[in-house]
Amino acid sequence: MKDEKIKRIYVWQLPVRFYHWLNFLAIITLIITGYLIGSPLAIQSSSEASFSYWFGTIRFLHFSAAFVFFFNFLFRIYWGFVGNKYADWRNFIPTRKEQFKEILDVLKVDILQVKVKPLRSIGHNALAGLTYFLTFLAFLFQSVTGFGMYSAMSDSFLPKLFAWIVPLMGGDFAVRQWHHIMMWFFIIFAIVHVYLVFYHDYVEGRGVTSSMVGGWKFIEKED
Amino acid sequence: MNEKQPTYWEVMRERGYSRRDFIRFCSWLAAFIGLESTGITKVVKAMETKPRLPVVWFHFQECTCCSESFIRTSHPIVADIILDKISLDYTETLQAAAGFQAEEALHNTMKKYKGEYVMLVEGSVPTNDDGVYCCIGGRTALDIVKEAAEGAKAIIAWGSCASNGCIQSSKPNPTGAKPVHKVISGKPIIKVPGCPPIGEVMAGVIVHILTFDRIPQLDGLGRPKAFYSRRVHDTCYRRPNYDAGLFVETFDDENAKRGYCLYKIGCRGPVTYNACGVTRWNNGVSYPIQSGHPCIGCSEESFWDNGPFYQHLASFPGFGIESTADKIGFALGAVTVAGIAAHAITTNIRKRKLIQNQINENNQKGGE
Repeated sequence: MKDEKIKRIYVWQLPVRFYHWLNFLAIITLIITGYLIGSPLAIQSSSEASFSYWFGTIRFLHFSAAFVFFFNFLFRIYWGFVGNKYADWRNFIPTRKEQFKEILDVLKVDILQVKVKPLRSIGHNALAGLTYFLTFLAFLFQSVTGFGMYSAMSDSFLPKLFAWIVPLMGGDFAVRQWHHIMMWFFIIFAIVHVYLVFYHDYVEGRGVTSSMVGGWKFIEKED
Repeated sequence: MNEKQPTYWEVMRERGYSRRDFIRFCSWLAAFIGLESTGITKVVKAMETKPRLPVVWFHFQECTCCSESFIRTSHPIVADIILDKISLDYTETLQAAAGFQAEEALHNTMKKYKGEYVMLVEGSVPTNDDGVYCCIGGRTALDIVKEAAEGAKAIIAWGSCASNGCIQSSKPNPTGAKPVHKVISGKPIIKVPGCPPIGEVMAGVIVHILTFDRIPQLDGLGRPKAFYSRRVHDTCYRRPNYDAGLFVETFDDENAKRGYCLYKIGCRGPVTYNACGVTRWNNGVSYPIQSGHPCIGCSEESFWDNGPFYQHLASFPGFGIESTADKIGFALGAVTVAGIAAHAITTNIRKRKLIQNQINENNQKGGE
């Protein structure tokens, strides 16, 4: 049953996969709790405030997930400098001619659905890399605005580092508003991201979906 | 210039206040700026030895609610002493002089106490069309504010107009109204935002300058930390309801009667820095949230543009009054899902052959 035309390649190292799934958990938690903080459930209750703390708990979860998310993000940046070539930071910022050409190719495959020669990249394709770079900017924005707001109720060192964003954006209201709008970027990114992984797996047959679990991809051997 | 300025204590004695009144007054001042009881002696010493602080108070694009708030500070002696008997050399609203006399008084003060007087500004400054939208004595506000700031020791921006533009600078801002810090640079500016600011807070800021000869400690936005370091939310007596997730849904529901948190009907407490929850209003009688109304965030920048007041998210610019970020997000999400569905269908139509070929290829190999 050995297929000579297919070759296995170890693409995603364990730290990359670990980062991905921890990020997944943190973002899911942040979106759900963040949405609830923005529009809490309507509870008709005759109990006194001292008997419950569910909203406080929701906020606590949001803040703890934020710390996990932030340090995980920092770790991924670090790994972009020490990881293998598929994890390298240069994959995320298109500078070379091939990268721009590949972006066009991917757009042709994804949107026009025409067949082009097999995509060059084995790790992230150039368009995916660029998109992840944009999400990193979004991560940074959410971290800065989130900790900026949090600094008003915290004495700890890290949030205080971001307190400058509040005067810069003109007050907590504006910061909160943009932090909230950016949540929708994450939701829509997640929908498109999951779909495109399935799509590429389907049309390319390289095992993209399972690669983030086991780390292996399967590519066609060049004859 | 050479004549000796009377101290506060001297002026008070002249006015017939007793030593007891004076000490009581000093205690109030100490309380206003948040000093501990041992700090009272510092205030007493300052009042006994320091000459009166020359003050000019300007009114530009404003409604005078700041002045109204100030003269209603809970202990009239403070406003009385600061406004009437001691310091005020120029203020359109309260001075007896008018016309040329008033302008003369202003210029005398500015000349005589150059570099010493404190400039209080109430109202924003229009800048469009050479600033013609606010003229006093034939001169534009912009002109006046620049001249007066030149020789001022410090500037206090009273209220939201002078601190961040308030309603005049809300969109579309036809007069080009700007807060003081946008038209003046190189002078210490203390912002005391609020529409109006709390009278006791205003008095506290002035007293701090009187007593210590320097401006109070300011935060990143230039507001005195003593009064603006905490959010209305942090000192709110309804806060436990927020943490417990007990919210008022509409103004007339059961939850409103129980006094639950007003967050869901648009309370700006969580994003507003002010002392309302501690000092309260009208001699500490109440404040908006205590009276059942959500905070509208009047001491925050562009609070008029962050509307509507009774919903938590602002309307999304360019999408109509009813659209919030959430509604647009949901719509975008729905469009995305629909696009994906369409894409998946066309994929299966266009790639069916390709995938069938791959399957056949594999089967052939397996069969060999």
